[in-house]
Amino acid sequence: MAGGMGSPKQFNVENAGRKEGHKPKDVKGALLGLWGYLSRYRLPLLLAIFLTVSGNLLALVGPKLSGRAIDAIEPGKGAVNFDTVFYYVELMVIFYIFSSLFSYLLFVVMQNISRKMARQMRDDVFHKLLSLPVGYFDTHLSGDIISRVSYDIDVINTSLSTDLVQICASVITVVGSFIMMVSIEPKLILVMVITIPMSIFYTKYMAGKTRPLFRTRSVKLGEMNGFVEEMVSGQKTISAYAREEVVTGRFDLVNREAVDAYYTADYYSCLVGPTVNFINNISLALVTVFGAILYLLGNLTLGNISSFVLYSRKFSGPINEAANIISELQSALAAAERVFKLLNEDSEPEDNKDALSLEQVRGNVEIKGVSFGYTREQMIIKNLYMTAKAGSMIAIVGPTGAGKTTIINLLMRFYDVDAGGIYVDGYENRDLTRESLRRAYAMVLQDTWVFGGTIFDNIAYGKEDATMEEVVAAAKAAHIHSYIMRLPEGYQTVLSENGVNISKGQKQLLTIARAMLLDAKMLILDEATSNVDTRTEIRIQKAMRHLMAGKTCFVIAHRLSTIQHADRILVVDQGNVVEQGTHKELMEKRGFYYQLYASQFE
Amino acid sequence: MKTILHYLKPYRMGMLRGFLIKVLGTFADLGLPWVLAYILDHVVPLGHISPVLLWGVAMVFLAVAARLLNIKANRMASKVARDAIEEVRHDLFHKIMYLSGNQTDAIGIPSLISRLTADSYNVHSMIGRAQRIGVRAPIILMGGILITFTLEPILTLVLVSTLPLLTVLVYHVSKKGIPLYTKVSQSVDEVVRVMRENISGIRVVKALSKTDYEYGRFKEKNGKLAENEFKAGITMAISGPMMNLILNLGLTAIVVVGAYRVNAGYSKPGGIVAFLSYFTMILNAMMSITRVFVDISKATASADRIGLVLDLKDELLVCEEKESNEEQEASGNVSRIEFSHVSFGYHAKNSGGEEKLCLKDINFKIMPGESLGILGATGSGKSTIINLMMRFYDVNKGSVRVDGRDVRNYTPQKLREKFAVVFQNDTVFNDTLTENICFGREIGKEDMVRAAKDACAYDFIMEKEGGFLCEAAIGGANLSGGQKQRLLIARALSGNPEILVFDDSSSALDYKTDAKLRQAISARYKESTIVMVAQRVSSLMNLDHILVLEEGEPIGYGNHEELLKNCEVYREIYEVQMGG
Repeated sequence: MAGGMGSPKQFNVENAGRKEGHKPKDVKGALLGLWGYLSRYRLPLLLAIFLTVSGNLLALVGPKLSGRAIDAIEPGKGAVNFDTVFYYVELMVIFYIFSSLFSYLLFVVMQNISRKMARQMRDDVFHKLLSLPVGYFDTHLSGDIISRVSYDIDVINTSLSTDLVQICASVITVVGSFIMMVSIEPKLILVMVITIPMSIFYTKYMAGKTRPLFRTRSVKLGEMNGFVEEMVSGQKTISAYAREEVVTGRFDLVNREAVDAYYTADYYSCLVGPTVNFINNISLALVTVFGAILYLLGNLTLGNISSFVLYSRKFSGPINEAANIISELQSALAAAERVFKLLNEDSEPEDNKDALSLEQVRGNVEIKGVSFGYTREQMIIKNLYMTAKAGSMIAIVGPTGAGKTTIINLLMRFYDVDAGGIYVDGYENRDLTRESLRRAYAMVLQDTWVFGGTIFDNIAYGKEDATMEEVVAAAKAAHIHSYIMRLPEGYQTVLSENGVNISKGQKQLLTIARAMLLDAKMLILDEATSNVDTRTEIRIQKAMRHLMAGKTCFVIAHRLSTIQHADRILVVDQGNVVEQGTHKELMEKRGFYYQLYASQFE
Repeated sequence: MKTILHYLKPYRMGMLRGFLIKVLGTFADLGLPWVLAYILDHVVPLGHISPVLLWGVAMVFLAVAARLLNIKANRMASKVARDAIEEVRHDLFHKIMYLSGNQTDAIGIPSLISRLTADSYNVHSMIGRAQRIGVRAPIILMGGILITFTLEPILTLVLVSTLPLLTVLVYHVSKKGIPLYTKVSQSVDEVVRVMRENISGIRVVKALSKTDYEYGRFKEKNGKLAENEFKAGITMAISGPMMNLILNLGLTAIVVVGAYRVNAGYSKPGGIVAFLSYFTMILNAMMSITRVFVDISKATASADRIGLVLDLKDELLVCEEKESNEEQEASGNVSRIEFSHVSFGYHAKNSGGEEKLCLKDINFKIMPGESLGILGATGSGKSTIINLMMRFYDVNKGSVRVDGRDVRNYTPQKLREKFAVVFQNDTVFNDTLTENICFGREIGKEDMVRAAKDACAYDFIMEKEGGFLCEAAIGGANLSGGQKQRLLIARALSGNPEILVFDDSSSALDYKTDAKLRQAISARYKESTIVMVAQRVSSLMNLDHILVLEEGEPIGYGNHEELLKNCEVYREIYEVQMGG
């Protein structure tokens, strides 16, 4: 029911977004956004930091202890000081056990944080989706939207839960080993003065270089997901035309692009690990050579060299890992950018601060001089005037694409008017809360919607606390009761994911039953019986009349026979109301309506 | 997992080469501590500086080699991952395109989509990382054992003794972890389902102000997902610290054993230093393996979901022709479409035929040049007849024949080439209007324009910016319901098919357009057999045969005049529609 031209405005926005895409993207924004989430868990984070620091400090003491032990061994054959050796060995065991214990606890704490965070993010994304203007969903593939939750947030989550710990641990280990090394032999540190900046500089350089590649990877994957979503959903049509091979061929192209983007990102990012490792190896070589020289000059013990080498290994370990972590952080950042882009979309504008809640609705609707277009350039509705008294029936007819559905979009305030105003019981639409305004309407649409739940839940959807009797009564009125009773579980039958076990017509009857349960004062029927065959329609006519009784009704219909008794018929063509009046008046006028009517019998 | 191994098989030589290069690279890495030990134990005692420098150069050489080889190996690994997953996805997509209606219903479209997207992604990243990072740890472990064996065989035994412990650990954790990740996948599906429902029903949700309710529903599923993720995460997390502990305790043991060996004069202190260095290297490698480990558990769950689809047996098999139709063919009396005693239920197969049948004992016969209309209440089985005719499902009883042959004797593709169809609620693709009409077939521009004109779509297309090159938005959101239907009808007409099927495909057209369309079809598609499901008697009344269905059973069959006489239901409908 998106209504003819729901999209151009959105597409322009999208294009503008694409142009911006060439500029460096908002890394800072993504980081800030992530911090916004992380900072909610300050206390557990502090605990995590404490565990990281203490766990790693304990582990850091290890090589120092083993160095001491080796010094006790060094005298060689028959001269090993076993008391000293065992003393240090016992200490080592204790320290290692505690270090492992702490790191496990750390994992638990971090998992806890990341679980809460991911959950919160998913909640927020979903909440955001519910607040977006309906047009957003006409212009964004649902596969792409869903991949923000199913893929992007997962990437962020995994990366935070493991990478953050690793980064913390790395920082401690690197700083700690550095201090230890200084305490052993400051001269050997000179080697580090060359290699550390090299590592850091290189890693940073590569991070900058690979970031756009990771972004492309994300984008291409999103494109592929969108394609898959569309084609798998249209599988039946594809096989009906035996186009499986052609479509698979196209998928191959999209797939190729996705895997290539993945590969390209890998191709360059996998330089980082071995190169950093290389720098570390060089530093090991330098340490060995200088250490040996110092040893020869008598400035260093063998145990010292051992400890120093171990520390330099410890030192290099995290830096090696850093390369992997960075490539993961890259993906996580790209993912975060996508998530925050969605979170930063414009929601439906907030209700006015002093918006009233529409209570005790009578159902007088007045449209005064309304103009509206989905884009500025193309106005769909021009200067429309219309009055609907409480309890009257307004029919909107016209050729397809004339803008009928747009009027409905405005009445429900899915969009705001560009000029003029719509008044309900004398209040301007925009002075009312959306919730109370929309609650004043019941709606049956051409696009039937049922969700995965029991039939009871589907019918009672608009009315919490609906009783079984009420639901059954509504179902009976909509002539769907006997069908429901034939199902194995009756009203408790769970409708499956795509509602495959229920036809479109039956779905529509369910939505009619749903509308019957609402006690709204205004009713919108947008091709409400288009999927119901005539015989059923005849049977539910009474129920429909009952549904419409006492309500202000807006009816869109093709079958002109159903709207002849309307109090007022609006004839819409190309966005203009070309005629208005009762059936009789319009027939006498012999204008556009008359032609439409006559064509039924051609 | 089997599935993935199967796909990796063709790359085994490449993977082996990559693996060997990785081994060389890792050995170059491992060579450094060896040289270190050599310098300390053999070169330093000489008391000269120049040989120390010389061996230092050897270390630099090893470092260079390690870098080059590792990069090469990593790139090869990425390439294998890319090629393998490309194929997996291709096959999966291809498979999905050919699934029968039953199979698609059973798995569900959203789940199929997530198998193609999220699951294949998990597998992709696993294949790459397992080769790059995953194999490095075992290589370092093995390589370390090998090299240290040349240095200190006895100390190496201490190192080796930690291996069974590590194996047991890995085995147990993964045994517990993999099912947990399967659970996580299921919860993800749930979450995605709620999202998808809300995206498609956003207008209803908003109109009924149910956003809070939906938010609550999502929160519940989301909470469950978070909980499952937590359980899986915690279980896997145990492996890292445990590995660390085992290796560190091994390291301590080496110091002790080393002390005895040195005291007895069997070992040199420098050897122990090198040993400890290896241990640290292994430790670091193990740290990264835990990450890969999580990947593998996740990916195994994903791979199984993919494998399940790939292993589905083709349901719509082509049967051998049971009886010959030569007789019929010879007499030139071959029917176009024939249903004889057809019964069918969507779930009949799974539940032993107990379930309600959607169609019961349907019989009709359409000769070439004739046309068929189907009329009936919602849920009476009209669309099911189309589904059987085009063999999206197989009948439970009876047979369906097209051009004299049982549809089960055709390959589905051969059969469907005869048809062009517009379904109820058919798909408009996010592509140009041209492409939406031609739909990957070789259709000339003339045919396309002709079809668009016949479908009354030409005028609105020309009004669009770019005309035929205008892009249809996702789900055809920039087209009205009527425009969509006309576009879809143009798609069906453009191929000059033998059989044209319209499943309630003009419901959104106003009468004027509908009438024009029907005139065009009857005038210009005389060669085609027309099958039309419709709500309006006026759409069907000029067809040769009309089948009236009620709850899956035929209650009337004949032409318009006959039905007016004999079928009460038909007459009732006619009167209401035309009288008004």
